[in-house]
Amino acid sequence: MKAAEFDYVRADSVAAASAALAAAGPGEEHRIIAGGQTLVPLMAMRLARPTLLVDIDGIDGLDGIEASDDAVAIGAMTRQRTAELSPTVRDRLPLLAKALGFVGHLQTRNRGTVGGSLAHGDPAAEIPLVAVALDAELEAEGRAGRRTYPAAAFFEAPMATAIAADECLVEARFPAWNGARIGTGFQEVASRKGDFAIVAAAAQLALDGGGRCARIAAALGGVAPIPVRIPALEDALSGSRLEDGEIEAALGSVEAAIEPDDDLHATAAYRGRVARVLLGRAIREARAEALA
Amino acid sequence: MTREIALTVNGRERRASAMPRMTLVDFLRDALALTGTHIGCEHGVCGACSILLDGVAVRSCLIFAVQADGHEVTTVEGLAGPGGGIGDLQDAFWECHAMQCGYCTPGMLVAGHALLAENPEPATEDIREAISGNLCRCTGYTQIVEAIALCAAKRRGEDGR
Amino acid sequence: MNGHGANYRYVSRKRRTKEDGRFITGSGRFAADVAVPGMKHVALVASPHPRANILNIDASAALASPGVHAVLTGDALAAETAPLFNGLDIPNVKWFPLAVGMTRYAGEWVAAVVADSRYLAEDAAELVAVEYEALPAAVEIESLLEPDSPLVHPGHGSNVLLRKTFEWGPVEADFAAAEQTLTYRARWGRSSTVPIETFGVVSRWDPVREILDVWASIQMPNYQEQIASALGIPTNWVRVHNDVDVGGSYGVKRGIKHTVIVGHLARKLGMPVRLVEDRLDNMSGGDAHGPDRLFDVTLAFDDDGTIRSMKLRAIDDVGAYPGRGPLQLGKPITALVGPYRLSSVAYEAISVTSNKTGQVPVRGFGQSPTNFMIETGIDLVARRLGIDRIELRRRNLIQSDQFPWRIPTGTEYDSGDYHAVLEKALDLADYDALVARRDAAREAGRLAGIGIATCLEPGGGNNIFEQLLNEKLTVTTFVESCLMRVDMHGHVTAVMSTTTSGQGHETLIATIAGEELERDPDTIRVTHADSLEALPTRSPVASRMAIVLGSATSEAARRIRAKMVRIAAHDLGAAEDLVEYQDGTFFVRGEPARKLSWEEVAAIAHRQFHRLPPGMEPCLQEFSVLQVPGASGQLPNEKKEIQLYPCFSFQAHVPYVEIDPGTGKVELLDYAIGHDCGTVINPDIVRGMIVGGLAHGIGAALYEKFAYDADGQFLAGSFVDYLLPSAHEIPIVRDVEHCTPSPRTSLGQKGSGEGGYLGAPAAVASAVNDALAPLGISLSELPMRLCDIEAAIHAKRTERTG
Repeated sequence: MKAAEFDYVRADSVAAASAALAAAGPGEEHRIIAGGQTLVPLMAMRLARPTLLVDIDGIDGLDGIEASDDAVAIGAMTRQRTAELSPTVRDRLPLLAKALGFVGHLQTRNRGTVGGSLAHGDPAAEIPLVAVALDAELEAEGRAGRRTYPAAAFFEAPMATAIAADECLVEARFPAWNGARIGTGFQEVASRKGDFAIVAAAAQLALDGGGRCARIAAALGGVAPIPVRIPALEDALSGSRLEDGEIEAALGSVEAAIEPDDDLHATAAYRGRVARVLLGRAIREARAEALA
Repeated sequence: MTREIALTVNGRERRASAMPRMTLVDFLRDALALTGTHIGCEHGVCGACSILLDGVAVRSCLIFAVQADGHEVTTVEGLAGPGGGIGDLQDAFWECHAMQCGYCTPGMLVAGHALLAENPEPATEDIREAISGNLCRCTGYTQIVEAIALCAAKRRGEDGR
Repeated sequence: MNGHGANYRYVSRKRRTKEDGRFITGSGRFAADVAVPGMKHVALVASPHPRANILNIDASAALASPGVHAVLTGDALAAETAPLFNGLDIPNVKWFPLAVGMTRYAGEWVAAVVADSRYLAEDAAELVAVEYEALPAAVEIESLLEPDSPLVHPGHGSNVLLRKTFEWGPVEADFAAAEQTLTYRARWGRSSTVPIETFGVVSRWDPVREILDVWASIQMPNYQEQIASALGIPTNWVRVHNDVDVGGSYGVKRGIKHTVIVGHLARKLGMPVRLVEDRLDNMSGGDAHGPDRLFDVTLAFDDDGTIRSMKLRAIDDVGAYPGRGPLQLGKPITALVGPYRLSSVAYEAISVTSNKTGQVPVRGFGQSPTNFMIETGIDLVARRLGIDRIELRRRNLIQSDQFPWRIPTGTEYDSGDYHAVLEKALDLADYDALVARRDAAREAGRLAGIGIATCLEPGGGNNIFEQLLNEKLTVTTFVESCLMRVDMHGHVTAVMSTTTSGQGHETLIATIAGEELERDPDTIRVTHADSLEALPTRSPVASRMAIVLGSATSEAARRIRAKMVRIAAHDLGAAEDLVEYQDGTFFVRGEPARKLSWEEVAAIAHRQFHRLPPGMEPCLQEFSVLQVPGASGQLPNEKKEIQLYPCFSFQAHVPYVEIDPGTGKVELLDYAIGHDCGTVINPDIVRGMIVGGLAHGIGAALYEKFAYDADGQFLAGSFVDYLLPSAHEIPIVRDVEHCTPSPRTSLGQKGSGEGGYLGAPAAVASAVNDALAPLGISLSELPMRLCDIEAAIHAKRTERTG
């Protein structure tokens, strides 16, 4: 399990990284390495064979967590563990904070980055799921300058994103909901804690003064080629009192929104049933938090 | 295509050349002859190759040596106590027999070391979480958890038993 | 120190081990740490097909790749080596380290590339062009019995390698007399021990001295002999370095095919050659897979729960190359009825070959699947009769005053108090409170269950069971040895003759020698002799080292001590029976002033021949080569009855689980175990083995499976797919000890290395089934994955509402 040969360059700016990515000739593949926690195993198994690795670890300004009135911007090189422990993330993006606890293990979170997980685009990964749930904006920079991808348009297929070959993801902006009665729920089942999810569910909601659901975002991971929102469920529950019966009824729209597959760890039928169960729990978890 | 790599390992400046594709764990073991760090899976699951990179616990099979150029690495060989004797966490592992074959032990020590640096009073659940990225096939983890708890207690001045 | 008959000074005391000091400092020396100057590295070319003809191998591009020294194919290797050992009598099934003509499982090694580094070897391995003709594969276990199943070994003419039937005791009469019978199926999934260290081996050939040096991560009997046989060289040309630390094994570190490859290459190329498996090599093509078993069982019992007899058929899928694996159907004959008083048993043992990775010995050598099968049946009988599972066990367990107890297959269990151990485990679990906890969880709408398993761990080894499956195997010795020296300064060195893979043999020997000689074990050095200097050994398999090596250590030490008493008596001018030894001093009874120190006697023995008794050999060196204690040393009689293993440890497991009905996720919230392995030599080591084995068993019960698809493709080749439990999945285990010393060993010790694993799968399955019982569900296939459990719950609920 040794990677195939490649060349390596440390970029000192995003522009330099972008130029290095763009310089790939025919038959060559130039790729960014950030934390490398997903890329390196793929290279070890020779399932990924970049000819040049562009290391963006040393670029100033790519890590950091900054909050504004309505969003939290997380630099692409921010380590997952840094984000997990960040008071800003806990305060303003509690859904992401909850999700980060499920990402791999301490040693991989110490090294793995928020941007790397997004750019990798695993359909069962937690950070992309939260990005889709919260309508995050993913900012990339290439030779043509900066471009913002809405999360809904960023993920295209398993391990495939819309990012252009010369672009480097530089920042993820997660909208932060403001208001008093906001709750979040994150539920996941994996064979072992720390594994990629078999199914993961994320929900965030806000209640109005009368206790009705003013706003809700609900998404599922592991049950489709990309993380998916469940708009019909969101529509059905918006304005509702989030009674158990209402939630149960709304979960009926899950089945049409997902395309689960069989794999070694679980069947498609299992994923379909568990998606409903976990999303229901995530919504009830969020409701309880909002009411607290 | 080999590169000259300079890094600080266990407090000493070390230099050696490596191909970009050489993992940090292969570099430590083969180029620097520090064989205390072990290879278990080479795909980032078992934790046997855990080391401290700039003081933070990471898997050295998931880092290429070139990425560590200019950084600081601590391996099990660098976990000795003041004066060069056995460190207190190592001593607690021995006291509790927190191993059998010894293969995962260096990685477990690194995980425990990182935990105690961050949390001097870990609860059992904290310890389990901290070592959950390190697989052990011999012990069932119970004596490892006890060893880390013992070390924490001793550092707090309790006898821990 | 409950139940210990003797007041030991070192044995059974909390003491630090001798081995841990090197491991905590990173100075263990494992196979991959052995750097022989000039050594070259092997990478392997593996078949992507479960079954295919090899039409052509073109190595030219690989040979032209940088740093490459050789590409070895199966044909070339087979032309110069003999096939590897098969335990069954199957002369037309040939096993070579690299595929010859045909590949028989996905991942089978087809060629080996030698290069300056593993990196370069892997580059070149990709360039070896193999032309295959893919063929349909033989996969599903019951289909392998069918005559039209694709033949794995066409020369053998069938996929059935072994079919033997045995009947011990009055089976038909017992069935006729029984008031009820119950038939069930139990399925043990393909899993294994999967040590964190893969297998590694380095070999160097010295043509001048005619020595083939081997440093390997090895745990198997007769390794040196098998290397020599395959390579066609005298056994005394092979020097296996037994001081290599082995990073876990629990049975699987066999490595014979790897060693034949590097040994052959080292001789051929005149260069030291190393092969260290990576995890992918290890999982698909290495010695990784364990038993894969289907049991069909009928129990005969009375309304009061008395179990009279059992009829059992076991089909074991041993994969493509059987090796020693199929003999794992034989060892459990030594405890085929478990700890229960059945008076008869019928056994049909069937071994089938398939297009899967070959089976290797795994911790317990077939006993863990067997125990799971037995315990599943006990729980089912309890459920059928409405008798409490614990009460049913109490009624059927052998009673403490009935030992030695002879079971129908001819083995006599040495000692035990199963009821006491069960009570201790229940007390530790606080059983009544646990039942209340379970019932409260159920009241609250959760699925909760308590598991019970009462299981045996046969210890000591003995390969006479081989003869029951293959009449050509007539080996009746299974020895272990210890050599002990006291030097001229009085320092003690003991020599063992095999490797250690975590069992703490150095501590075992030092503790027992210290006890026998009244010397501090910390001052006793223990070394591992290489195979040319070693005494006879059969390696640390079969939970046997405390039993056989421990007893050999006692014997060697007692001989040393007796000799020193004779020397002292002669020198002090006293009759031998008047001289006593205590705390480092030899003295005349009643006259403490007439004495010699330990050091003085040692000096006399080595330096002062004139002070030795006439005719005595000088110096202090003794050894013991010990046959399995308690073994008859005979072949089975005409009824196939025979004493197999000598010692029987016992455990009672009490886990508590809760299951999330929405996801099928099992959470192990508590685990209590009572165990009795006779006299404990080092409590920390025994506890570690019990808990570690138990964790391994939890993996087999819930997580671990070497899965294949219907076409024979291997699906679980990495640690992402084959799931070893982490600290999150293993509860903090509480254990309680009991001691019924074995009358067959020097200090009453029994085996302990396998016990946790031999009961945990049964116990966890029992807990899951107890949790599912209110839904009317009973599962009997391992592993019980979360999606299987959820599917069973879902099916039951759909059935009820639909």
